[in-house]
Amino acid sequence: MKKLLIALMTTAAGVSLAANAEAADKLKACWVYVGPIGDFGYSYQHDQGRLEAQKELGDKIETAYLENVAEGPDADRAFERLARENCKMIFGTSFGFMDSMVKVAKKFPKVMFEHATGYKTADNLGVYNARFYEGRYVMGQIAAKVSKKGVAGYIVSFPIPEVVMGIDAFMLGAQSVNPNFKLKIVWVNSWFDPGKEADAAKALFDQGADIITQHTDSTAALQVAEERGLHGFGQSSDMIKFAPKAQLTANTDNWGPYYVKRIKEALDGTWKPDNVWLGIKDGAVELSPFTNMPDDVKAMAEATKKKIADGWNPFTGPVAKQDGSAWLKDGEVADDATLLGLNFYVKGIDDKLPQ
Amino acid sequence: MRLELVKRPQRSALFSALSPFIAFVLTMIAGGIMFALLGINPFTAFNTYFVSPISEVWQLHELTIKAAPLILIAVGLAVCYRANIWNIGAEGQFILGGIAGSIIPVMFPTFESPIVLPLCLLLGMVGGALYAAIPALLKTRFNTNEILTSLMLVYVAQLFLDWMVRGPWRDPQGHGFPQTVLFNNSATLPELFPDSGRANWGFVFALVAAVAVWLLMSKMLKGFEVRVLGSSPRAGRFAGFSFNRMVFFAFMLSGALAGLAGISEVTGAINQLQPTISPGYGFTAIIVAFLGRLNPLGIVAAGLVLALTYLGGEAAQTALGISDKVARVFQGMLLFFVLGCDTLIHYRIRLVGLGAPKPDAVPAPKLEEAH
Repeated sequence: MKKLLIALMTTAAGVSLAANAEAADKLKACWVYVGPIGDFGYSYQHDQGRLEAQKELGDKIETAYLENVAEGPDADRAFERLARENCKMIFGTSFGFMDSMVKVAKKFPKVMFEHATGYKTADNLGVYNARFYEGRYVMGQIAAKVSKKGVAGYIVSFPIPEVVMGIDAFMLGAQSVNPNFKLKIVWVNSWFDPGKEADAAKALFDQGADIITQHTDSTAALQVAEERGLHGFGQSSDMIKFAPKAQLTANTDNWGPYYVKRIKEALDGTWKPDNVWLGIKDGAVELSPFTNMPDDVKAMAEATKKKIADGWNPFTGPVAKQDGSAWLKDGEVADDATLLGLNFYVKGIDDKLPQ
Repeated sequence: MRLELVKRPQRSALFSALSPFIAFVLTMIAGGIMFALLGINPFTAFNTYFVSPISEVWQLHELTIKAAPLILIAVGLAVCYRANIWNIGAEGQFILGGIAGSIIPVMFPTFESPIVLPLCLLLGMVGGALYAAIPALLKTRFNTNEILTSLMLVYVAQLFLDWMVRGPWRDPQGHGFPQTVLFNNSATLPELFPDSGRANWGFVFALVAAVAVWLLMSKMLKGFEVRVLGSSPRAGRFAGFSFNRMVFFAFMLSGALAGLAGISEVTGAINQLQPTISPGYGFTAIIVAFLGRLNPLGIVAAGLVLALTYLGGEAAQTALGISDKVARVFQGMLLFFVLGCDTLIHYRIRLVGLGAPKPDAVPAPKLEEAH
């Protein structure tokens, strides 16, 4: 008990000292995450970006974050809290934060807001996004090469354009290698639910898929692939530690450079709301090292990655919609507006898009 | 050696009154140790947790927003639990209330009139009440277990809402995203004091409901009926009370209040329907109901305390840089000690030695005979 008391008192002294030493003129940058930073996926990657910004800009900034924030009224409060706690720049990282951010941004015109994956902007609200579909096209090609049965399983969260885009790009990549490639889809209606994700992965493998990919945030599906001796892809973050034999590559979000750039602009007073969509070329989408695959597949993946980095768009015609009608003519490239509102499958996908 | 809980012949009035405070002190001690081990000054932590959320006006507003649905639902649940009816499905009734109440603003988005909002609220209550009538019907007609049926209907409600916002009710101008149109102004629950914060009429509804249910349960015959049938159905029948009618009454009252909470949340805070409209209020309210000892006025206090721990948890994340998980652990400690102290009012702990024979053990030969 005595020891504990001493510990209590020394920590008390330590904290008060630290509080006094804190400088007041630092720029405070804050983040709101939809999941826990320990998801080792989407929210984890955003937090890595925050840490990179903190490291890069050192004592010029201080950072804070709120994790596991539910979309809706809780998000309103989270943004309001950060704005009131002197955050000068606030990043919201989930699509569902959009209306909360619009509301709070209006109320705090001097605070700079940045919203990932949304589409509403304002005088102090910019949006940023990554072309995750570029990585998914490469993954589709790898899947078609590595799969013995020609069937992949795809675990998905919500039928929003972001997700549909990923499914379509994956399928187009797979079809470019094997025109008869099959894709089985399971909707789990959650961004982060390891239990459900694992169940979905098991069901898909039982139904004959031998490759798994997912647009959900946990490592669960990949771990099931590892147990079964099959293959899969990491999502958002390099998950090789969780599946050293199963992961082929991971579609990794790399937000650090963007965060550093925007905070620097804020420090210089040159920040303006923008609408950016970054891809492989900008380093925002990275494919983690190609592993557990033959050399020729590796070479093909590298080549496709380079082609995309050089400006080629995976959504280049000819592409037909699921019902067989034409979407993109030969050589025609889908424009960004269409992609950002994408709500239909391409030909060959055997699933009905929840409408 | 093992521990056994033995019911006390009678409970101490003094400790019944003191128990919440004892629980609070125990939480402070255990929480203080945890924060100290994390290298955080416990006093700073407590200040962030319990004082900072109520030291600014805007946070008081947020407190009422978070507490209102919890109180509304818990007050209704208290009636059910007093009647010994286990309605676990308030989350579903909340959602159905939200959907039913949204019929007008979604289907007639341009219809603006002062009667829109009252109609929305009324429809929300009706929706919640009718949805709660399903497990009541199943229980009275087929004697099904209401814990299972009401719980399973939660998932039905969640999936129904999900289907509605992706299908028939999806905003045609919404870029394909699963949400309905934004409600117009006449279908928006007004804020109480728009100059200082976002608090809306939902909190007033919660207070009115708490007082009304308190009057009902302690001063009126209906409340007496519910309590008698809850503690002894047989005695209730002798008094001429109908068990079946009471089941419907308790379920539909709590369903209506959960539905009102749902539509208040939708018209007040969200302003449209989305695939999820509740971060689990219907389940958290069960805790609130028991924390408030099934007393409507106690529930108001319990709802505010629980809301305070949510806000305090967020403040602790940003101010002290501790994880969301630590905040949850602290919340768990508080609940553990409160429920623990309450249990020890009714029971005492007895140490039983391993070697001692059990007084009620059945002698072995008798079992042999039974074969």
